Amino acid sequence: MKVIYLDNNATTQCAPAVVEAMLPYFSEKYGNASSMHSFGGNNRHAIDHARQQVADLIGAAHADEIIFTSCATESDNTAIFSAVRTQPNKKHLITSAVEHPAIMEPYKYLEAQGYRVDFIGVDEKGRFDMERFKSVLDEDTALVSVMWANSETGTIFPIAEIARLTHEKGALFHTDAVQAVGKIPVRVQETAIDMLSLSAHKFHGPKGVGALYVRRGTRFMPYLMGGHQERHRRAGTENVPYIVGLGKAAALAQERLADGTSARIAALRDRLEQGIVSRIPDVKVNGDPEHRVPNTTNISFGYIEGESILMYLNDLGVCASSGSACTSGSLEPSHVLRAMGVPFQFAHGSIRFSLSDQTTPQDIDLVLNELPPIIERLRKISPFSRLAA
Amino acid sequence: MWDYTDKVMDHFRNPRNVGAIPNADGTGQVGSLVCGDALKLTIKVNKETDVIEDAKFETFGCASAIASSSILTEMIKGKTIADASKITNQDIADALGTLPAEKMHCSVMGMEALEAAVKSYRQGGAPVVFEQEEEKIVCHCFNISEETIIKAIRANHLKTVEDVTHFTKAGGGCGRCKGEIQKILDKVNGAAEKDTSSGQKPFAQMTVVEKIKTIERVLEADIRPKLNMDGGSAELADLEGTVVKIRLTGMCSGCAGAMGTLKNFIEKTLKEKVDPSLTVEQA
Repeated sequence: MKVIYLDNNATTQCAPAVVEAMLPYFSEKYGNASSMHSFGGNNRHAIDHARQQVADLIGAAHADEIIFTSCATESDNTAIFSAVRTQPNKKHLITSAVEHPAIMEPYKYLEAQGYRVDFIGVDEKGRFDMERFKSVLDEDTALVSVMWANSETGTIFPIAEIARLTHEKGALFHTDAVQAVGKIPVRVQETAIDMLSLSAHKFHGPKGVGALYVRRGTRFMPYLMGGHQERHRRAGTENVPYIVGLGKAAALAQERLADGTSARIAALRDRLEQGIVSRIPDVKVNGDPEHRVPNTTNISFGYIEGESILMYLNDLGVCASSGSACTSGSLEPSHVLRAMGVPFQFAHGSIRFSLSDQTTPQDIDLVLNELPPIIERLRKISPFSRLAA
Repeated sequence: MWDYTDKVMDHFRNPRNVGAIPNADGTGQVGSLVCGDALKLTIKVNKETDVIEDAKFETFGCASAIASSSILTEMIKGKTIADASKITNQDIADALGTLPAEKMHCSVMGMEALEAAVKSYRQGGAPVVFEQEEEKIVCHCFNISEETIIKAIRANHLKTVEDVTHFTKAGGGCGRCKGEIQKILDKVNGAAEKDTSSGQKPFAQMTVVEKIKTIERVLEADIRPKLNMDGGSAELADLEGTVVKIRLTGMCSGCAGAMGTLKNFIEKTLKEKVDPSLTVEQA
């Protein structure tokens, strides 16, 4: 059965060109980049090249502003604890209510340690509450960390504006840009961003490698200690093949951003979304259609439960994801949808479709043909469907 | 991805007895849109023999909720009301092969709907909504009563709060009731004795040695394990009246959040477990 992969916000296929670029560094070029001999030391050039490729993708002024990490979760943790440790006198932190757990959990930990923490809410379209943010930001604020784009709804936050306001109060600004990098143009130089996290596997790179951008001059303290690597900012032997893979994926992503691929993906996404809305009653599109990454749509199907929809789609080879409680093993629906105030009869039945440049019109047609009978079938089983009539 | 058995997938893909029986002899309902799962069970009963002749269901929920409901209708058809009433949630899970631990509440939902349908039949057929006893609600997120929790602990030999959450959903929302669930577990499993025998003598009447031993016991049982998770620990340095002097060690020493740990966690725990008069200072 052909797999129709519409879960690209969870992870993407590692591009064949990326795999090819990585392979020599597993075998013949296995040397340690820190070695004195040229056999290992030559790998330093491969790392530097990758560093430049990542810097170019996010518009960083200098390649040395890129620190390679093992994943975006490490990048996020590093940024948060660095901001806290380099500013021991500041005891206030701000983030949004819809962040990834890699931000939420460290923030909650620091809150338990005695920090004042504000989780800024969103409106029904998932838009950042700027007024609330301005009212809590003060001179005691050490760090503001706000995601660039939301993984579940694709909603893009006004990062440049939030970063500018943050700097006015003398706080550091970090953004988890995992769902933005590679999907929309990201130019850190044009903003007041101090730190930015990204992950290779969200834009056709390998899993297990990420990066943290740290603007030159930003106070910084490493998270992993015990080595001189990454200019003493991230200890541990450089993962050469994966770093090379991240670099190659960054270069490919930059090409796609320039050649109209985004518009093509957005057109397919819109066709899927409009097709669903016109074919199926009682659906609701979650998020802000005006400010959204091109590949994502989040749609709620009223009066039925998301896991059941996913399981029937899975039988057809269609991969998607859900904000329903049942899919995660937790008992409550997605914190993002709840923060948006999505009513319960819709929150439990939300499905996220996230496309990539590999998505074809045929994939979309198949979903549009197969989904309506699935929804109808589940609604026939549901005791609530007559509420909808 | 859940590890569902073939049986679960079969009942999910081909649910049996979907729908509602018109003029049913018993109608049981449980759950709501808010909870994320709900089940309506209708039964047709032969009033002479008390045998359930037909059963149908409507379910809002995940694959295992649909499968649990579907198999339940098969299990009760042909049984007398008395025999059907003996079906437990474990019987439903067993009939499906097994359910993932996190999904056991789906089988509990089936049992509750059946209980409500039987009650409805006995009361003359008016629909009955399964209700938790209002006055003893433990988990307010999912509206779960103490009685339901105790029943689940006894029937399934549950040992931990996590177990209770898996079977009843209690504690799976905000988590504020987890302490209370632990107390219910202790009570049912007979562990309550230990806790009360340890510190019954009022703190003020203890000898200095008893005071120190009591504080040390709480440090070891309730405080160090949590600090250890962050690579830290705490030592009792001194005791002056009701002022407990604590020395933070390991990662806790010099930690930016040390004062928070001392006041919000250690002092709070000692006040709770030893005596409300205690205050904590850094040694």
